[in-house]
Amino acid sequence: MSEIERHSFDVLVIGAGGAGLRAAIEARSAGKKTAIISKSLFGKAHTVMAEGGAAAALGNVNSRDNWMVHFRDTIRGGKFLNHYRMAELHAKEAPDRIWELETYGALFDRTKDGRISQRNFGGHEYPRLAHVGDRTGLEMIRTLQQKIVSLQQDDKNNVGSYESKLKIFAETTIVELLMSEGRIAGALGYYRDTGRFVLFEAPAVVLATGGIGKSFKVTSNSWEYTGDGHALAMRAGATLVNMEFVQFHPTGMVWPPSVKGILVTESVRGDGGVLRNSEGRRFMFDYIPEVFKSQYATTEEEGDRWYTDPDNNKRPPELLPRDEVARAINSEVKAGRGSPHGGVFLDVSTRMKAEEIIKRLPSMHHQFKELADVDITKEPMEVGPTCHYVMGGIEVDPESQQSKVPGLFAAGEVSGGMHGSNRLGGNSLSDLLVFGKRAGEYAAAYVDGLSERPRTTDADVAAASTAALDLLTEQPEEGAENPYTLQHDLQQVMNDLVGIIRRAGELEEALTRLAELRKRAANVKASGGRRYNPGWHLAMDLRNMLTVSECIAKAALERSESRGGHTREDNPGMDPNWRKVNLICSLGENGVVLKRQPLPTMPDELLSLFDRSELAKYLTEAELADFDRIGGGGEATGGDESGSAPAETESEAVGMVSASEHPPTADADTPDGDAVDDATATTGDATTKTDDGNGDKA
Amino acid sequence: MTTRHFRVWRGDDEGGELTDFDVEVNEGEVVLDIIHRLQATQAPDLAVRWNCKAGKCGSCSAEINGKPRLLCMTRMSTFTADETITVTPLRTFPVVRDLVTDVSYNYEKARAMPAFAPPADLKPGEYRMQQVDVERSQEFRKCIECFLCQNTCHVIRDHEENKPPFSGPRLFIRAAELDMHPLDAREDRKELAQAEQGLGYCNITKCCTEVCPEHIKITDNAIIPMKERVVDRRYDPLVWLGRKILRRDQIKN
Repeated sequence: MSEIERHSFDVLVIGAGGAGLRAAIEARSAGKKTAIISKSLFGKAHTVMAEGGAAAALGNVNSRDNWMVHFRDTIRGGKFLNHYRMAELHAKEAPDRIWELETYGALFDRTKDGRISQRNFGGHEYPRLAHVGDRTGLEMIRTLQQKIVSLQQDDKNNVGSYESKLKIFAETTIVELLMSEGRIAGALGYYRDTGRFVLFEAPAVVLATGGIGKSFKVTSNSWEYTGDGHALAMRAGATLVNMEFVQFHPTGMVWPPSVKGILVTESVRGDGGVLRNSEGRRFMFDYIPEVFKSQYATTEEEGDRWYTDPDNNKRPPELLPRDEVARAINSEVKAGRGSPHGGVFLDVSTRMKAEEIIKRLPSMHHQFKELADVDITKEPMEVGPTCHYVMGGIEVDPESQQSKVPGLFAAGEVSGGMHGSNRLGGNSLSDLLVFGKRAGEYAAAYVDGLSERPRTTDADVAAASTAALDLLTEQPEEGAENPYTLQHDLQQVMNDLVGIIRRAGELEEALTRLAELRKRAANVKASGGRRYNPGWHLAMDLRNMLTVSECIAKAALERSESRGGHTREDNPGMDPNWRKVNLICSLGENGVVLKRQPLPTMPDELLSLFDRSELAKYLTEAELADFDRIGGGGEATGGDESGSAPAETESEAVGMVSASEHPPTADADTPDGDAVDDATATTGDATTKTDDGNGDKA
Repeated sequence: MTTRHFRVWRGDDEGGELTDFDVEVNEGEVVLDIIHRLQATQAPDLAVRWNCKAGKCGSCSAEINGKPRLLCMTRMSTFTADETITVTPLRTFPVVRDLVTDVSYNYEKARAMPAFAPPADLKPGEYRMQQVDVERSQEFRKCIECFLCQNTCHVIRDHEENKPPFSGPRLFIRAAELDMHPLDAREDRKELAQAEQGLGYCNITKCCTEVCPEHIKITDNAIIPMKERVVDRRYDPLVWLGRKILRRDQIKN
């Protein structure tokens, strides 16, 4: 292996989107020699696609906002399945992370008094999203990119080299994490332009690789989103949580076919856009679910008044959380009330003046004009659901973002737990800042705590590089599988059988089909040379896509209820017993292994931010009885309490418990269930660590 | 669905040639869709950069019929029915392979550009700026770093020798952005642009503005104000541009 290029770093950050860059800034600022691995060019990562904004309770537009209201909205949006501690940290720390960006040079849109402006978004009680028009992600990635450059300039001034403490490896992909006695020792990657392998020795790795959307046919995600981090972590022994929860953004473009899936920002609705079916009806008023009845307007008049008088009116149902809107659109189209190209109409032209639209939604205006010949200032857009985000991800400790594997950290979309069963718009840009920083900080601290550096072995490096090279053949081989065809078939399976509406039979079929695809994948060969060969790159990514897709399908089959980004037509409605359960995926000898694990229990002071009538819609009778004993309820500050609405009966709240054939009890399938429960009760950071033999964490 | 004729440059830093393809085209497609179809059906190792496919990331820059464009924002309907579509890599940067070029020049120039200097007396959360004041810089921060402006700029397009002293339009708007940032603590952005970035090489032909997919008024709103406000304004040597056609197969590294 002597010919392989070697580098040694303290912290290796895999992924150069918002989470990765923020982690790298923190690790470098802690004095650690840090590398950033970027699958694309520096500054092109998927964060650039984020449009609407970053959610943080700055209270600039409505001073009643605060972290508790943000926390509550996040938990509601996730249907109470979020890891409470992550949601709490996120809500508390997001404002500081946003303000910090201004010191890096970010230029957010302003309020009249010169503060950061904030816009409305689905599921957020107050205007909360710091934004720059509808190109907030671009501003964030550029800001972080430029901050990294400024740190490199500091290093140049101090020690004479831009890259002495912080180095970027652009267009470099990691194929395997390397281990030493159960701990992270480094990673093997390849340069895309030469196809040459490169070995990184590092005791701490931060995974910030984003999502999995490229396994689906209709998606807003780019080619990079192949679940690399998820799969790398699993192969290294880490676990994934909540993989059944995949967010279908309600508004993607539907026409022309080539742009199907491209995102239409939620800001369109936040700023006044309405959804109509082919009959001209604002159908979202027909789809307000029981759990949100008290928080949303029931008439168009009230909904419209809310934009100018939010304190005395309720918000329109176009601003329900994304899972609700996506399902509603899906139902309208199925009922034959869709638009000509199989979506529904999203109209902002009748709601705002043309110049206002161009100012507030410039990139949407540009995108529709250039790609679909639609002038959104004059006519409605056609939109439909598109695979956008995976709530599930690597199971991490909320404080440190460390996975079950010592030295392996994860932040941003690749990590799980924070968003529960459904992410609110705007919470991902703040998530990646809050937890990117934490991952970088704790990765640095982990390195400090090591007495010796783990070593990679030549055998592991050889095995990983050989596996990668086996996928390449100079001349096309007879009978070999084409990687593009295989990816296409995988996308079709996930789209048709594990999509927005799921059924047990179809999920079982999906698992069969995925097993067939895995067999075919063993025979994939990319032809051509090693230099910048996209076919070869895809062949390597396919393995990750197949692993992650299996996790999603298995978990989706297991969870026999509907919640957030997981809708089971055969098990409609939420089941309070399932709320207490996380599904955990790991890699066993024969593929993905699924187990149930109790959700960490929300402490009383957080639980009491909610009104009892709202909790009654989510919790079991036993949990409610506990809640009554602590005398909680209605303590939250900052805004129209859901409970101030006319009281609802409990019977209508938890409608579909009976739909579940096997009401799960977490500890029935989880030998270590009690231990976990005990752990959560005492310390926050022990919640996700179970009985693994390597749990002696730094 | 129709069949269209494409010519795509294929090769590497040692040379290459235009390769002919006949390929299926469907309604509403963009050139990047066709490149992807070529990958999936005829040329699996055809190298192309892309990410967002929505004109937001600036990865898929190339030259289409000689014009610098984003592949993802160039619709097939903009060509006549029998037009051959020729796709070549950006000419100003060294070819890596096929349509992929080595754009590291731009990153090196960005790294030489002094970063935002935060005001010493303000803590995070204390920044106050008026919308009207941030908007001038925000126009430049729309830049998606596709480097089409850099590619088309005749100062460096066929003049490798000008690359060391010249940072190019992308970095001029970065300089202007920081110069106009209401809270940037540095006072010498214009002087730096002249002294360190080679602003004087620009003779305002506006080619950069014309190719900007974000429609940033690079020349009028950034370069000219920066030039006008440089106190010690020097004579700009006019860089004569010969429009000689350099075929890719003659390029040596």
